[in-house]
Amino acid sequence: MIRSVPRSRWFISLYGLYLLAFFIYLALPLVVTAVFAFNDSNFPSLPWQGFTLDWYFADAAESGNRTGLFHDQGLLSALWVSVLVAFWVTVISVALGCVNAVLFERIQFRGKELLYLVMLLPLVIPGVILGVSILVFYSGMANQVSLNWGIELDLFRPGLPLVIAGQVAFITTLSTLIIAARLRKFDPQLEEAALNLGATPIVAWFTVTLPWLLPAIFGAAAMAFLMSFENFNTTVMLTGSDTPLTVALFNRLREGSTPVLNAVALLLMAVSALLAMATLRRS
Amino acid sequence: MNRTAGKLSLLLLLTPFVLWIVLLVLLPHVQMLRVSFQVRESWDSLSWGVTQYSNFFAESYYWRTFIRTGVMSMLTTALTLLIGFPIAWYIAKLARGRARGVLFLACLIPFWASELVRTYGWMILLRESGLFSGWLQALGWVDGPVELLYNDAAVIVGLVYNALLFMVVPLVTTLDGLDDNLVEAGYDLGGNHWNVLREVVIPWAMPGIVSGCIVVFMLTLGSYLTPTLMGGKDSAWFTQQIFTQFITRFNWEQGAALGVLLLVLSSLLVWLGLRLTGQNLRKVLG
Amino acid sequence: MSSDLYCTDLVRRFGEHRAVDQVSLDVPAGSFFSILGPSGCGKTTLLRLLAGFDRPDSGDIFIRDQRMNTVPPNKRPVNMVFQHLALFPTMSVADNIGYGLKRRKVAAAERRKKTERVLEQVGLPGLGDRMPQQLSGGQRQRVALARCLVLEPTLLLLDEPLGALDLKLREQMKVELKHLQKAFGTTFVYITHDQSEALVMSDRVAVMRNGRFDQVAAPDVLYREPATPFVASFVGDNNRLDGEVLGVDNERVRLRLDTGGEVSGRPSSALAVGQRASLFIRPESMLIGADLPASFSRIETQLSTTLFDGANSRIETRLGERELFARLPQDGSVGDLQPGTTVSLGWEPQRATVFAEAQV
Repeated sequence: MIRSVPRSRWFISLYGLYLLAFFIYLALPLVVTAVFAFNDSNFPSLPWQGFTLDWYFADAAESGNRTGLFHDQGLLSALWVSVLVAFWVTVISVALGCVNAVLFERIQFRGKELLYLVMLLPLVIPGVILGVSILVFYSGMANQVSLNWGIELDLFRPGLPLVIAGQVAFITTLSTLIIAARLRKFDPQLEEAALNLGATPIVAWFTVTLPWLLPAIFGAAAMAFLMSFENFNTTVMLTGSDTPLTVALFNRLREGSTPVLNAVALLLMAVSALLAMATLRRS
Repeated sequence: MNRTAGKLSLLLLLTPFVLWIVLLVLLPHVQMLRVSFQVRESWDSLSWGVTQYSNFFAESYYWRTFIRTGVMSMLTTALTLLIGFPIAWYIAKLARGRARGVLFLACLIPFWASELVRTYGWMILLRESGLFSGWLQALGWVDGPVELLYNDAAVIVGLVYNALLFMVVPLVTTLDGLDDNLVEAGYDLGGNHWNVLREVVIPWAMPGIVSGCIVVFMLTLGSYLTPTLMGGKDSAWFTQQIFTQFITRFNWEQGAALGVLLLVLSSLLVWLGLRLTGQNLRKVLG
Repeated sequence: MSSDLYCTDLVRRFGEHRAVDQVSLDVPAGSFFSILGPSGCGKTTLLRLLAGFDRPDSGDIFIRDQRMNTVPPNKRPVNMVFQHLALFPTMSVADNIGYGLKRRKVAAAERRKKTERVLEQVGLPGLGDRMPQQLSGGQRQRVALARCLVLEPTLLLLDEPLGALDLKLREQMKVELKHLQKAFGTTFVYITHDQSEALVMSDRVAVMRNGRFDQVAAPDVLYREPATPFVASFVGDNNRLDGEVLGVDNERVRLRLDTGGEVSGRPSSALAVGQRASLFIRPESMLIGADLPASFSRIETQLSTTLFDGANSRIETRLGERELFARLPQDGSVGDLQPGTTVSLGWEPQRATVFAEAQV
């Protein structure tokens, strides 16, 4: 069990084997996806036809039938949509997360326990349901308004604003938890010390509390960006004509897979890894 | 602090929270519940009723999928716990220094890719023209290409893969807090591997286990991509039916009812899990 | 003598509970004033009133004759060393010390100069670039002090800052704190539950209980002439004997103990014959042996055990239900004592204080 308790040889080797198998299980799908992004074949499968960068740089207009990622207008615009959505989701959910964290960690009020549970709710609601309920509420409202008064509330039709709303609904809970956890470790006496040394409450907040929260705010922002970028379940219910990348990839995948998808997947992995790495290094 | 200033700051902090939770979570769900009890008589007239719900019980396809989804999700959760626990134990208790950090990070790596990418990876591995099929042929174990994708086992493999992180992280966190001396004391007082695990380790790890199980169960129950892309004709997932009602058939009333049912199922099972293990939501998630 | 801090009838209620109840105090400029009391006695609340983190329900606070009641904490000429020091973890030592100067818009060059000087004064020259987490407990303590002293406050409040240190360092810092106070000449108001800290460092000590001051006096007066039974038992070790007043004459009270026997002591207040009373006598004033002067009070006790601790060695004896301690001199004047034997103890009545039991 633990190091100080003797274990038999076969137990140790069995355990080691299990660990190895586990990490192969973890790595295999990703490695395979990444490798086939460079296979010189029109289909992401064996046999290996040699190395190529076609799936990134090929231009159908110049060189036959292959269209690489960087010439695929559909995927590129989907990528841009995803970045746009992720940006707004990050900004909104981190701002809300900060306010919520202060509310729950620093202010005493009646019914706080109950509100805290309500705050956790989005985590126990399946993403599909979250998307569906927002669709029913806002799109339904737009329909009613259109029917009764003839006013078109395009904002509430499926589209990017609804996608952002749907993602903010649950990502805010996560960013609140991250920032609140950090704020909980903050000693309120530090703020008092700042006041005592002559700072006004606002100066104290910006010079003492905010620097303390900064790592958590960066962490929450990275998390929010990744979660938004990768989200499918909520997003798919709320997209209109501009599809974010995950939905676009899903649609492509149903049509049949080409190594371009591998190329996109590898790009996504690399970007997320970089983002995650940067966050880890900071903290 | 003077009272009006206190009230004002509470109000200022409470407003964004209330706007978020009411506009994006509570009202939409209330509306979904309302719509699920509406019956469309013609294109512009509605009445109240439980038609959608009786449809659910009358149509065996609906409730069979419903039960199947629930059972498969529980199975996935149990499997994830079984697979994840030894890993978490190793990371928390046996690995030392750098190895510890590296292993933990390795557990996180798959989750830097989106669910879609992960599922896609499994598709490349498992399908008829995929790697496993090719390897099996090369080994001479099978004669022709074999289809390993599009069945329940494939779905479970994919679901467990997607859920592992959410099991391993809370387990590592709680096991990390377990004092080695407690385990040593267990052995010192005459315990063996099995009953130290059962009477010392598992009770201690319970909050982590419950927290991991709840999150994994929720994610699995609500997943859409993996069952859709990896499942066969018979492995329908309940979320697909909701999707179909909303997006394909445009039957919002039926879709809303199915959504409410899924929400009730998940809440019920989460609540039951918490009750049975004596945990509470705040401790488990907060 | 001018007062740096002057408070009248301060009251702070939390619901029905009066955390600070009619407290008045007067701290002369340049002195070291301690407030000593058990946890929950209201001393922290009192300190927070002085610092401005809390407002009194009634009563006034004057600092150098300026009424402070409505002045916010960041505008008071008062600085505070917090219980857990509250050094800003995101700033270096120099930035911590410069924080208050920066708020006063002191120019950067001047700030650096002052920071360096105060670091030297507290004995930490050249450590300005360190982060607080990299310092030892004692060093952090000094940084917290320097952070306040650099602002040259009228009044420095200290909220049990030595509590987190280990015993040896605490002993050392006690002495150092007193030296620093003398060197800077700043008025210190120090709160603690540790009577030794209060006695060693202070010019005057206020003993606080249930939101009130029991006694305000110099440390030696507090020790020798406690005003209440609480002070007698809280400040230093004490033995207590209960009985009934037999007579009062010539500044002496005679008591008949509940366990039998007659003893005398100095009355702390007017006592009447027949009243219940308690006598307090310090272990070092209790002498062992049969050949004591006739004016001494005596009791016969059963020896439980001897506790050897060098110069602080004591014997533990039993009289009825009470355990008593007496100093065991290590100069050979007392022979070998066996547990279970009868030991006769005595004291000079002047050294014992008698309180009416109603006060207890």
